[in-house]
Amino acid sequence: MPTPDELKARIENAIPGAEAVVESPDNVHFSARVRADAFAGKSRIQQHRMVYDAFDEGELGGAVHALQIKTEVP
Amino acid sequence: MSDNPLRDAIEEAIRENEVILFMKGTPEQPMCGFSSRTAAALQAVGKPFAAVDVLPDPRIRQELSGLSSWPTIPQLFVKGELVGGCDIVTEMFETGELHEALGAEQPAEAPEQPAAAQPSGPQPLGVENRLG
Repeated sequence: MPTPDELKARIENAIPGAEAVVESPDNVHFSARVRADAFAGKSRIQQHRMVYDAFDEGELGGAVHALQIKTEVP
Repeated sequence: MSDNPLRDAIEEAIRENEVILFMKGTPEQPMCGFSSRTAAALQAVGKPFAAVDVLPDPRIRQELSGLSSWPTIPQLFVKGELVGGCDIVTEMFETGELHEALGAEQPAEAPEQPAAAQPSGPQPLGVENRLG
């Protein structure tokens, strides 16, 4: 079962310079607040896609049942 | 036409409906909290939108995510473009961007829109399950 720490590491590895705060009440539903310089000048769709790219196909909706995302530019 | 009728049907639905939400369940009976919140935001804006329930056939979701490159449901499309899922749509609702994207009056500036002044936009659509 994935943990918030694992997700945090995955997201921060996928987006250089990103800082992620990941929380989960049950290790199935997650919420992530991600701040990254790399988001600058990108649309929300593009920013969320960058976060999604940290995951494998089928993982979201599977092991990670739900991932709520809030992106921010520092 | 490709040899994938389901994908063709999804693309056609996105093309033909200015505002279309792919969700779990229906706006009246959402089957997931995220779909429910997204549909509620659209309903609060008050513009008509088409809704497709992805639950009856798992292939709908598969094909949709294949063509949108977006892994999760719900997915909102406006004028053929993916706007986002629950997080983006609710964030846009809160900032007023959703009203703007849908061509609706901002609630703060126009709390009450007289019924007579409504533009002759698309009629409410009941596209539920038409991809099934």
